[in-house]
Amino acid sequence: MDQPLFESVSGVHPPVSFPDYRSNVLRAPKHPLVVLPQQLTETTAPVFGEDRIGPTDGDLTKQFPGEPIGQRIIVHGRVLESDGRPVPNTLVEIWQANACGRYRHVVDNWPAPLDPNFGGGGRALTDADGRYTFTTIKPGAYPWGNHDNAWRPAHIHFSVFGRAFTQRLVTQMYFPDDPLLPLDPIFNSVPDPHGRQRLVSRFDISRTQPNWALAFEWDIVLRGSRPTPFESGEDHDD
Amino acid sequence: MTEITPSQTVGPFLHIGLPWPDGPQAVPDGTPGAITITGTVTDGAGEPLPDALVETWQAGGEGRQGFGRCPTDEHGGYRITTVRPPAQPAGDATEAPHIDVAVFSRGLLNHLVTRIYFPDAPENATDPVLAAVDADRRDTLIATATDGGYRFDIRLQGDGETVFFNV
Repeated sequence: MDQPLFESVSGVHPPVSFPDYRSNVLRAPKHPLVVLPQQLTETTAPVFGEDRIGPTDGDLTKQFPGEPIGQRIIVHGRVLESDGRPVPNTLVEIWQANACGRYRHVVDNWPAPLDPNFGGGGRALTDADGRYTFTTIKPGAYPWGNHDNAWRPAHIHFSVFGRAFTQRLVTQMYFPDDPLLPLDPIFNSVPDPHGRQRLVSRFDISRTQPNWALAFEWDIVLRGSRPTPFESGEDHDD
Repeated sequence: MTEITPSQTVGPFLHIGLPWPDGPQAVPDGTPGAITITGTVTDGAGEPLPDALVETWQAGGEGRQGFGRCPTDEHGGYRITTVRPPAQPAGDATEAPHIDVAVFSRGLLNHLVTRIYFPDAPENATDPVLAAVDADRRDTLIATATDGGYRFDIRLQGDGETVFFNV
């Protein structure tokens, strides 16, 4: 059986070592990465079914008895490969802070209120066209200890599997026109300015629901497979 | 290629979104021949990571079988239950039994990829991936036998740093 080989990601992702992000200093490996040829294990992935998705996993405003506080939003888009081909039936998982910028998590204890009606976790499978949709609350910005007066821009964490181990991606979606973005070392760890912009969602009036929720559109693009294997040993992103 | 979405860190709050109650079971409970792989994830100072997530993947199962996911505990420990995979053809060569591992944590902007090999597999001697790794670092990829399973520690940096792959 011919297994697809997935294209190089040279220059796309942040470098392995990026000390502006302080937590990276003791956790980034010092040795160069060793090239791993893509064989069966790397070109396959688990397949998840609807049993992985709970009834309110797609609507984070419906997970508790009351409505959460904050700006209700719809976040939608497609999971694609870089040649534009959709990735159907793939698992998308999200997590985020509440409208005040507070996570419902034991290690988040900055003085912003928790919302008794907001958990912050969601899950969906893409449809046949690679589409996903979540209804949630716009997360707030929050301070962190990376440097003096450091604030994370509002963001939603995304985890996507794709159809191969090589396509696995965990990333963050940001919101347009956020003044904190140019100050954020995690956002700035992406080397290419155009790559950074691909992390920013687009306000979408066409999917905005009158008298209900603003919409933001964000496509997630995974590595595509390429027909010829001749470059599979090249270096990439460190 | 220019359109690919870049990676960002999972951050310290991954537990809101990623762990599953059955995540550490890459095979269903009671599967014949099931083994447990345990280990600790440590940083460059030798300190355990209480906020990492270890995912494992091995080909050949149905659905999500072969996929395991376990957040580390306060001592940096993780535990996956699975079965030992067979050797696999890889072009003209044969890859020894192995499990791919992805490590996510606060501080890592990209997940790290490594492999678990088994100490008693004769195919290790001719495995092309092990052969491409410096001999003095090869043992970081080979689990050690324990009662009922194997131990595979992951050292992100420093003495005994685990070999990580560009895949």
